[in-house]
This record gives sequence, structure tokens and C-alpha cells, in this order.
Amino acid sequence: MLETAADSAEKKAPGKSAKPIVKLAEHIVEIVSDSGEGAQRCGQSFATIAARSGNGIWTVEIIPAEIQPPARSIEGTSGNRIRVSSNTVTNGGDEADLVIAFNEQVLLSRINANEIKPGCIILLEDKWATHPDANIAAVYTETRDRLLGDGYNILEIPMEVECLKHVPDAKRGKNMFVLGMLCSIYSLDLELGRQQVARIFAKKSDAIIKANQILLEAGHDWAAANLEIKYQIPAVKKSDPQIVVNGNTALSLGVLASGMQICAMYPITPATSASHYLSDVFNKVGGLVHQAEDEIAACAFAVGASYAGKCAVTITSGPGYSLKQEAIGLAVMGEIPMVVVNVQRGGPSTGQPTKVEQGDLLTACFGSHGDAPKVVMAAANIEDCFYSMITARQLAETFNMVVVVLTDANLATAQQPIPRPEFSEEWLAPPVDQSAVPKDAKPYDWDPKTGLAPRFVPGRPDGMHTLTGLAHDQNSKVIYDPEINEQAIEKRSLKLAALQKTLKPPPVFGGDQGDLLIIGWGSTKGAIEEAIERVRADGLKASSVHLQFLQPMASGLKEIMGRFDKVVIVENSWSDDLEHEIIDENNQRFSNLAWLIRGRYLVDADCWSEVKGRPSKPGAIERMIHDRLQ
Amino acid sequence: MTNNVAERLLGYDDEVFGVEHYQSDVLPRWCSGCGDNAILTAIQRLCRDEKLLPEKTMFVSGIGCSSRLPHYMNAYGFHGIHGRSLPVAEGIKMARPDLNVFVTTGDGDCCSIGAGHWIHAIRYNIDMTVLMHDNGIYGLTKKQVSPTSPQGLKTNTTPRGSYLPPLNPLSTTLGVANVSFVAQAVDWIPETLYDIISAAFHHNGFSFVRILQRCPEFMPDMFDPWVQDPQQMLLLEHVNGLHLSPELGKVYTNQEAHDPADINRAREIASLTEIIPVGVLYRNEEIPRYDDIRRPRGVYTNEKIRAGIEEELDKYTI
Repeated sequence: MLETAADSAEKKAPGKSAKPIVKLAEHIVEIVSDSGEGAQRCGQSFATIAARSGNGIWTVEIIPAEIQPPARSIEGTSGNRIRVSSNTVTNGGDEADLVIAFNEQVLLSRINANEIKPGCIILLEDKWATHPDANIAAVYTETRDRLLGDGYNILEIPMEVECLKHVPDAKRGKNMFVLGMLCSIYSLDLELGRQQVARIFAKKSDAIIKANQILLEAGHDWAAANLEIKYQIPAVKKSDPQIVVNGNTALSLGVLASGMQICAMYPITPATSASHYLSDVFNKVGGLVHQAEDEIAACAFAVGASYAGKCAVTITSGPGYSLKQEAIGLAVMGEIPMVVVNVQRGGPSTGQPTKVEQGDLLTACFGSHGDAPKVVMAAANIEDCFYSMITARQLAETFNMVVVVLTDANLATAQQPIPRPEFSEEWLAPPVDQSAVPKDAKPYDWDPKTGLAPRFVPGRPDGMHTLTGLAHDQNSKVIYDPEINEQAIEKRSLKLAALQKTLKPPPVFGGDQGDLLIIGWGSTKGAIEEAIERVRADGLKASSVHLQFLQPMASGLKEIMGRFDKVVIVENSWSDDLEHEIIDENNQRFSNLAWLIRGRYLVDADCWSEVKGRPSKPGAIERMIHDRLQ
Repeated sequence: MTNNVAERLLGYDDEVFGVEHYQSDVLPRWCSGCGDNAILTAIQRLCRDEKLLPEKTMFVSGIGCSSRLPHYMNAYGFHGIHGRSLPVAEGIKMARPDLNVFVTTGDGDCCSIGAGHWIHAIRYNIDMTVLMHDNGIYGLTKKQVSPTSPQGLKTNTTPRGSYLPPLNPLSTTLGVANVSFVAQAVDWIPETLYDIISAAFHHNGFSFVRILQRCPEFMPDMFDPWVQDPQQMLLLEHVNGLHLSPELGKVYTNQEAHDPADINRAREIASLTEIIPVGVLYRNEEIPRYDDIRRPRGVYTNEKIRAGIEEELDKYTI
């Protein structure tokens, strides 16, 4: 049936070959609508089709914090940005080249946010011009004319009218019409579009799939017949198998593959979608997701499961991470392996739940009261989201430590093709050790050199002891002895040093030496490295280093920094501006990583940071490098 | 003791278990006359009588005088943080259904800082035995008002008397959907204390036992009217509940034949204020258990796990 439909669609596309096809190296497309109109799904699908064609892609979700924000409102804008390229893409890029907007207000929100390239092509739903509400019609016309006056190339599209030819309610399905238009505009194979529709609605009836495929074809045909624009972004299909996932899905797949079988969580944006997916599939590996009554309980549950021999993960975002601090400290004190994921969002407090920020690094390193050493690592891209779960579980169980993995709202929802992971038995956890404990062995028999001690998991004969959050000696007995207390603190601390000895120095991107070195961590990697490529093409001697481990930090950074005249730390957390009239060197606050680097290495590392709630653009970093090297 | 697990299990039936088998080398540090000592003794007797393997037995606690109990047991213990013993115990039991899980908590730990977890733990109905030592006062932090303190009690944080009537742990527990076992014991009747803890242990699900426990340091007279006058106690006797020995029956003549299946009467008994009821108020073995519902079924070999992972990767492969 699909083949027949394909044939007829090909025939129905009049003048398709007559249009000149403009070849592009890359394009950034934004699709924006009111919440609930499906622009996000349309964007994700367009990205998937492009990826299946062999293009490099990166998507950025444009997402309101509310489920049903007011229609036709700036704050309610929902959608997706898709960067499509001939090559691999590692970030959302700069301003958009082409926008499809379901109304003029959501379009305005993107223009106001400086996300749209001046003069770019805008495909705008035209039904508002003749809206029965005269106010709406007037606002639409006024906005359209103003933007035309500003030089935007606005093409009004009768999306609603065209959709109504095929379905009774265009609100559901207009996004598929738009998807069809995009397939035509970017010369993508419509058959891949049909397959994508079938995937999206795989759990729905055939009739629903068919109806949406008809809309897809209608959009494709309409664009082919009526639009002058026709692009092609040449793609080379990768020979090795790829998967297309967003960061939270990659994270869930990573949990699935990590040998962990228990995930305890409490709903919080933007972390929750990872648990949604995991809830659906965790049983395939014998796992379960426990939605606890609160964040504290979720962490305590994970502590209990991990203690009992099944290393568990708890997944949360900023506010939830704050709530877990005491239980994290307990795991540190009891030397219980546990993985904690913090999908960072804007803070403090409720902050910006759906927006990106990297403000939790210091909390991750130093959170929980007292000296609570824990491993902190960060995922820099989608692939990292997957593998960091496997690494985190292994490190947690090797060092009997809490491993905190930081991702963020940018990675959570960004999609990218990555090489399909190849299964390894080493990913999986060993069975729970139930062997008898050797005579006279101690539950905290700390190695004087590494601080490491074996673990007595319940069920092991002769290993009975009471784990306690109180200061304790090697026998897990509560102690008040000052010397023993200090020795125990030392041993827990030493484990970080022992891990640090196994870390390789971070690779330098660009040249080994030069005028300026950027240090970054987390989701800014793609934008930073793209900026470095651009400025190096301009002849500047700039390089970058991206840290996977934030605590402990690998050796070698000091030597690398020493080979550059200037060091700038780039991240999405707040730093004071020395230009401000009351800011000076006595009160200037630095961004998160800058505090760490300055403190450890006593270097006068500068920082460049922004907390706009959106991923940093390569262009902004590029301009900054030019400024600093003037 | 042998280090071979199989040999050990084979010899299990012949092994002699004494109370001392369950005593750790740490001497209890509770105040002399503290009711916690009676609870500890009852638990050690239960372990002996049930021949529980120490390595398969788990005592989880939070913070407070009651929560020191795991240190005094020769078993695995988890002395965690204030108020969180229940979610920790839930994680343990979900990960390890083979362990016997006991929770010892107090009126502050359970009914105040951990109250949210308490409500949900009742509803989860995960198989564990929860002993809530209720002395109506914060002891470890030295005499602050607790949610179960009698109204008007002068404490360090209520020097002119506490302001509100106490929370009723029995009524609260019996008000939660999916409740399956609620009992009350007192530290000064060791025989029923033991019997009630034993009934709780044998219950299939989350068994909640409130144990009225005397604090000689900060609340020396609190339970005197009941300790001194057995008529002020109401002993609940039933074939499906508590059995009173003839000797005890002669002392505690105020008795009621209460069927633990009757939740309405249980709620009435729970709300008595002048009289202290002792016995099993409610028991229902048919209540669904979250640990049972959620337990992964089947054997997950590496091959099976790999197949599950590959199947998911297939979904996203382009």
C-alpha cells in the first residue's frame, strides 16, 4: 500500500524538476507553534528523516514550562530547531535560516530572542489574516507588514485551508503537512517521511497512520507546486549503524546497558522523560523504576538498594538534587556505591525548569555537609549520556562511592545521530557477592594507600555489622575518638586521589600551544569546538580542552594551560562582570568551573559565561575569542 | 563458624540458636530503665525462636534513641539518617527479597520528620516489620516536644506547655489506603510485646507496631496511670490476634474479643484516649504488596539482558 501511495505522490508533484535546486552545506530550520500543535514532533521527525538520509543533525527543543499556555502567546511558543548539515553537527548553531510559524506571535518570540537570521525565509500560516476576530486579524497584518518592512522574506502559507481538504480538524495534523513541506523544500525522500509517520503512530490504528501520511503527502505536493525554494543538503550515509536519540533517551539506554536494575525517581523537569522511557522498557533487563513519594525518598530508596547489593541510580534535576543532599552524604559516609544523575536546569529555586544552565557544578562537587567526597563527571554530548551511565556504575562499585553525572536541559532534549553502541558483557554488573566473609575481616578495612575497602553486602555470612552515618572505625563501630575520625575522613578522601591516578590527561582540541585556551565542560563542547575551528580558520591560535571528570580532575591540565598565554573558562553559569561599577577583584564571583580551576591551579583564568537559558552559540564564543585576542 | 555457605545451610537445622547469638558486642547505651531495652530483648527472643540467620536479617533505623537498636543486634544493620529509615528499607527489600527486614524508628523519626514516608510506606505495603518506639518525647536531642507528646507537656521547646493535642499514630495508620497490619504494644507487658512483634513478623506485608515506651529520663511519669492500673488497659484478644496467657488474663481483666479483620472497630479502638489498647488492631493478608507486584519475574541471564538492550537500540537505529 505504501508503495502505491509513493508512486502517486511522485506523479502528483508538478514542476518538481523545473525548480533550480540550491545546494547547501547546512541550514538551521525552526518550526514554532502554540503548545499542543505538534511543532516539536514535526521538528524531531524532520531531523530523523534528515539523519536517515545521512545528514548530520542537532535539534534544540523550544519548550514552554506550562502544559497549556495561552494560545498565540510569546511565552507559549513551542517547537524545535533543527540544524541539518552535510557533516556531523555537534550543537544548535547560530541564527536560524528558515522558520515555519503557525502564528505570528510564536514567530515574534523567536525574533525577539535574536534566534532568527535577519532577512531569512519565514513560512507563516495565513489563516489569521481573515480571522473572524478583527483584533487578531489586525495584529497579524500589522506584525506581518512590520516584519516584511524589516526585510524578512515572509511567505504566507494556507496551511489550515490545505489541511482541511483532507481532515476535519487541522489542529491535529498540520504538523504532518508541514513535515511534508519540509521534505519537499529540502529534497528529502518522501518514502522516509511515510516511514517516519508510521513510526510515530506505531501504537495507533492504521487509519490514523494513513490519515497522517495523506497530510504529509499533501504538504509535500503543495510545496512542490507552489514554492520556489528548493534546497538540497548533500549527505553521505555512514557505513556503520547509527542511532538517533536525544540525551535523556541515551541516558535511559545507558542505564539499561549499565547493569543497574533499580532507578528511583520523583517527577521533575527536565529529567523526567528519561524515567518515562525507562519505565516502559526497564523490565527487559529485569529492572524497575520506582516513583517515590518525594526526592528524598527516591534517593534513600536508591541508597537502600545499592547498599543491599544492587547499585541503583536516582535521576533528577536541580531542586531535586538539592533535596537529595543528606542522603547523598549518607552514601558517602557509608561508602555505598550509587549513581546520581542531575539533568541541570536554570536555578536557583524553581528557576527555569525547561531551560539549560550549568549552575550545579559546585553543588555537585561540594554538596552535602561536611567533607563528602564524591565523583563528579559530565556528559558533553549525546553519546556521553549513554556511556557515562556505564562508567558511573563501574566507578561507583569499584570505589564504593557516589558518582554524580551532570547533564542538562540542552542535552536532555537534543537529538543527534551517534554510532550504535556495541554490546559488551563488561557493561553488566557482577552478581551480588554472597560469599562468606573471611574470619576477622573488617567492614571498613581501609587500604592505607588508596582508602579502598571491601564491601560486606547483607547476606554474606560472618559479615554482620551496622552501617552508620555516624563517624565510625574500621569495624563500623560508632567512635568519638579524634584520631580515628580524622583517619576515616582521610580514607574516604583518598579514594578520589586513587581514581584520579587512573585518569588520562584531557585531549587538546586545536593546537597544542597558542595564544588562548578555552576550558569547558558539559553540553557546551560542540559550540566551543566549532568556535575554535572557525577562529583557527581565521588564523587565530586558540584551542580548547573539555573536561569529562570535574572531581577528581585529570592530571595534565596545568601543563596544558602553561602552553597558552590566556585561559578562558566557558560555561553556562553566572559570573560577575568586572565592567560593572561595584564589581572589582575583591568581590568578583566567577562561574562554577572557573572557581575550581582558579582554586586548584592558582592561575588567573578568566571566564566567559552566559545564563540566558539557551545553549551558547558558536558564533558568540567565536566573537569572544576574537575580542580577547585583539 | 564455617565459611562455606552450602555447608552452613545444610547444618542449619542442627544449629542451636540462643539469644546471645543475636547480641552484638556493643552494649546497649540506653538509659537504665529505658523501654527500648525491653523491645531489644523481645526482638532477640523472636530471632532465636524463628532461627533467623543473622546474615539474612536486616535492621534499618533512622535517628533517635530507638534507632540505636541495630548496633545492639548481631545482624546486618543500617543506621541511617533522620526520618528516612522507611525508604531505605524499601530499597533494601526491593533489591533483596530474601532478607528479613525490620525497621526500628521513633515518634519523631516516623511521625514527624519521616511522616511523609510513613504514610506512603503503609500504602506500599512492602513486606517488613516496623517497630515504632513511641515515648512521646525527643530523647536523644534532650527533651523537645514530639508529635505524640500529650498536650500541655512542658519541654525545652514548649516551656509553657505544648500547644496541640497529640497525633494519633494508630488512627493515622488505619486511615491510609492499603494498610495491612496495625498493632499496639507496651514495653511494660513483655509477654504481649513479644507476641505482638511475633505476629507482626509473621504478617505478609507491611506490619506497623506502635510500642508505647517509657523514657525514664525525660518522661518518668508519663505512663504511670496505666502501668499502675491494669484496668486502664484494654487487651484485645482473638484467635486471629493476641492470645493471653491465663496468668496475664488474671491481671488484665479489661479485655475485648476483637477480630483484626474488623477495620471499623479497629478505628474505634484506635481513637480511645483514656484507655490504652494492646493487641492486633487490624490485619489483612490479602492487601496487595508493592514489592510483590513490582518484583521482576524470571531469570535475567546476560543473554536475555543483551537481547533487551539490542531490541531497544534497534528502535532508534537509522
